[in-house]
Amino acid sequence: MKIVIVGHVDHGKSTLVGRLFYETDSLPEGKFDQIKATCERRGVPFEWAFLMDALQAERDQNITIDTAQIWFKTEKRPYVIIDAPGHREFIKNMVTGAANADAALLLIAANEGVQEQSRRHGYLLSLLGVQKVAVVVNKMDMVDYSQDVFDKIEAEYREFLGQLGVEPTTFIPISAREGDNIATRSDETGWYDGPTIIQALDGFEEPRHSNAQALRFPIQDIYRFDHRRVLAGRVETGTIKVGDELLFTPGQRKARVKSIERWSSPPSDEAHAGESIGITLDEQIFAERGHIAALADAAPLQTNRLKANLFWLGDNPIEEGKTYKLKLASQETQCRIEKIERVIDASTLDTHTDGAASKKVDKNNAAELIIRTLQPLALDVYGEFVSTARFVLVDEWDVRGGGIVTEGLAASEDAYELGGAAWAAPNPVERFKRNRHRGCIVALHGAPEIERKLLPRLERALFNRGMQTFTLEPRHIDLKQAEYDPQTQALVARNLAAAGVVCLLDTPIAEGSSLRTFRMIADDARTAFIVAHLSASDRILERTGKRARQEDEEMFGDADLQVDLSGSRSEEEQVAAIVEQLIPLLQRF
Amino acid sequence: MASTEVTDAPNPNLYTAIREDEHGPLTPVNRYSPRDSMPDYSHLDALEAQSIYIMREAFNKFKNMAMLWSIGKDSSVLLWLARKAFLGHVPFPCVHVDTSYKMPEMIDFRDRIAELWDLDLRVGQNKEALAAGKTFPNGDLGRVECCSLLKKDGLQQVMERYNFEAVVLGIRRDEEGTRAKERVFSPRNKNFEWDYRDQPPELWDQFKTDFEPGTHLRIHPLLHWTEANIWEYIDREQIPVVPIYFANEDNKRYRSLGCAPCTLPITSEASSVPKIITELATTRVAERSTRAQDQEAEDAFERLRASGYM
Repeated sequence: MKIVIVGHVDHGKSTLVGRLFYETDSLPEGKFDQIKATCERRGVPFEWAFLMDALQAERDQNITIDTAQIWFKTEKRPYVIIDAPGHREFIKNMVTGAANADAALLLIAANEGVQEQSRRHGYLLSLLGVQKVAVVVNKMDMVDYSQDVFDKIEAEYREFLGQLGVEPTTFIPISAREGDNIATRSDETGWYDGPTIIQALDGFEEPRHSNAQALRFPIQDIYRFDHRRVLAGRVETGTIKVGDELLFTPGQRKARVKSIERWSSPPSDEAHAGESIGITLDEQIFAERGHIAALADAAPLQTNRLKANLFWLGDNPIEEGKTYKLKLASQETQCRIEKIERVIDASTLDTHTDGAASKKVDKNNAAELIIRTLQPLALDVYGEFVSTARFVLVDEWDVRGGGIVTEGLAASEDAYELGGAAWAAPNPVERFKRNRHRGCIVALHGAPEIERKLLPRLERALFNRGMQTFTLEPRHIDLKQAEYDPQTQALVARNLAAAGVVCLLDTPIAEGSSLRTFRMIADDARTAFIVAHLSASDRILERTGKRARQEDEEMFGDADLQVDLSGSRSEEEQVAAIVEQLIPLLQRF
Repeated sequence: MASTEVTDAPNPNLYTAIREDEHGPLTPVNRYSPRDSMPDYSHLDALEAQSIYIMREAFNKFKNMAMLWSIGKDSSVLLWLARKAFLGHVPFPCVHVDTSYKMPEMIDFRDRIAELWDLDLRVGQNKEALAAGKTFPNGDLGRVECCSLLKKDGLQQVMERYNFEAVVLGIRRDEEGTRAKERVFSPRNKNFEWDYRDQPPELWDQFKTDFEPGTHLRIHPLLHWTEANIWEYIDREQIPVVPIYFANEDNKRYRSLGCAPCTLPITSEASSVPKIITELATTRVAERSTRAQDQEAEDAFERLRASGYM
C-alpha cells in the first residue's frame, strides 16, 4: 500500500518518516550511525529528516525538495512511504508524489496550527483522488501535549476538509521527534484514545481493483511484429474476454475479440483490470492509439467539449483562449480554454467568479473551466471512473496542470469552423516539436564571393541533418536583379520561417543595409533572424580578391553568430564551422 | 508456469523463453523454487503490468531508443519485461557499456543470451580513456572519476554515435537516496546532466514525452520494484541470471554486480533464488554497500548521478 506524507513546510514530514522507521526497527544497518555522523559533521542536532533527504541541497537547507519513496513493513502488510515536500515552491513535486498514493497522512504542527500548505495539500489530495486521509497533529511536545490545542486544530481542519467532501479517517496527536504515538501509545497524551500512526496505517482499506466496473481498454499501440495485428494496452477497469464485441470510441467502430495475447504467461481467455495485454480482433477495423475499447452498452462519452476541475502548476497563468496539449489516457489533442468559470484559491478555497482574479489561473491554484478539444475525445465523468476521467495539460515541454472531468458537454460544432486557423492550425511549438528545430531566417554576412560558395553547401549540410531548409533567391520571387526589392524577399522569407523552414537568404546586393531591412521585417513578426558574420583571415580575403562586406555594428542581434573561418581551409570545413555554431541556435525555441 | 501455445508460430523462440544453449542451461532449474511449489507471488502482477505499460509508452513515443543492459539481475528482469511487453520481441538495441573490468562471467553470460534471444547488442567502450590509462585500477584515478569516464562517458559516446533519444534503464528507488527521487521518464540536458532540483511533474501515468532537441530521456520501468521483488520475479519466471549471484563452495556470492576492482562478494550460503530471497528478508545491510565507488564521500554518488551516471 502506498502512503503519501504531506503538509506545510517544516511541520515534520521527513522527521516522521525517519522516526517511523526507527520505531519499527526498519532502518538498514549503519543508517542510524550514518545520519548521526552527517549531523555531527554539520554541527546540527540529530535530524531524522536526513533519512529521506538524500540530496546535498536538501541537507544543506534542511528542506525536502523532491518527493522520495521508501519501503517498510508492519506485521500486517508492506508499505511504500512517499515523502512529499511541503514548501510552496515544490508543489509540482508534492503532486507527483501524492498522485501515486493510495492514502495520505497529512501533518499539521501543533505549535503553528493550520497553515497555507496544510490547506492547499488537503485540496490537492481531494483533486488527485486520494480520499483516504488521516490527519496527524505533530510537535505535541511543543504545546505540552495540550488536548485543547489538538481539539482546536481538529475542529478547524475537519471543517476545511468537510467543504471538500473529504471525511478524514482519524486525527492523531504525535511528536515525531520524541516518538509519541508512532508505534506505541504515549503516556503524555492520556486524554487520547485513538490509533497510533502504525494502527492508522494498518487501518486504511486496501485499494480495490475494479473488475466489476464497465470495461475500459485504451489502446496504447498497434504491433505488427509478425503476421498478427495486436492492439496493446492496459485494462483500466472491468474485464475483457475472447468473443466480446468491443466498441471503439471515438469512431464508434465494432469488432470482436479473437484472442488475448501475452508472452510466457499462463494462457487465459480473459484479462482483468490492471493487466497489460494485447488483443487481436476478428475484423481489421480502423483502430489506433488513443481509442478506448468498451462494451457497446456501457461505452465512454464522445465529445470535444468538457467541464473540468483543474489545478495549475505552470509559471504562465491559464487564460481564456490559450491553447495546450491535452493528454487523457492514451489520447492526445490540442485544446483551448473556452471559459474560466471559477478560479479557486487552493489555500483558502476562496472563489472568484468576476473581476480580474477570475480571468486567469495562477500557479498552484485551481479552477473550474470549460475546455474545447480539436479532436473528439473518449472520456468518462470522474467518480465512477477515474483513469479515463482525468487528464493533464502540457504547456511547451512539460505537464503543467491536471484535471478531472466533471461533465461531458454536448459536442460543439466542428472545431475548425469555430475558432478557425487561429487555434486549430499547428502552432510554432508543435512545428518545433515535429521538426526538432525552429523556423527562422538565416543570412551569411561576409565577402559576397564566400557567401555564394557557402550557401548551397550550407543548405545541403542542414538538409542532411534532417532539417527543413530552403535557400531563398531573388529568382524565387520572380524579380530581375535590377528591380530587386529586399522588402519583398523579406516578406517571403518570413512566411517560410512561419511554416517552420530554416530559410537561407541569398541576397544580390553587397550592402549591409538590405540586411537591416530583413531584420526590421523579421522583428515585426517576431521571426528569428540570425546573421552569421563571417570573419576570414586576410589570406582568404586576398585570395578572393574582394573586400568583406562592411560590418555594420547596428546589425548585430542577440542571436547573431561570429564565425571565424580563418582556420578552415576548404569550403566543407568552413560550412562545418558555421553549422556547429548555428545548430544550437536552431534547436532553441 | 506454462507458456502460451501458438501453433502457427514462425519462430518458437519468440513465444516461449529458451533458457539453454549448446553449453546447457544458463541457470540450472534447481536454482529456482520447484514449479509445483512456487510461493504466492501474485503481488508481482501489478509491478509487472506497470513496467510493461511504461515500456510500451516509451516505445510508442521514441523513434530511436535503446535499453541499457548492465547484465545484472535488474537488467535481466528488464529484458524479460521487454519481451513480455512486445510479445517475445526486443524491438530496440541493447547497449552494454563495457568498462573492460567487468567480471568474465558477466561477459560470457551476455554473449550467450544475446545469441540465444537474438538481441541487437551494441557494445560501447570509452577507448580513449582506456588507452590513456585513465582508470582507477590503473592507479591514475579515483573510483568515482573512473566510473564517470568509463561508464557515464562510455554511455554518452554510444548515445551520440547512434543518436538515441531515449534509453531504458533498470534502476530502482530502493537502491539509494537519489534514485528514490527519480521520475519514470527523466530528462537529461544537452550535457547529459540531471537537473534533480527541478524535475518535471509526473502524474497519473502521463509521462514527459516532449523534449527539446539535443536532450534525452531516461526511462525507468523498474523504479517501483524492490530488490526482493526482483528476485521473487526471477524465481517465478525462471529468468536466467549470471551464476556469480549464487554462493559458491567458499560461501561467497555477489549481491550487486559491477567492475571487478570495485565490487566485493558477500559471505553467504544462498546458493539458489529462494535462499537469496530468504537472506534478503533478514539482512539489514544495504544492497550497494559492496560497491566501493558509492562509499567515497557523503555525496559522491549524487554528484556522479547529477553529471549523467545511471
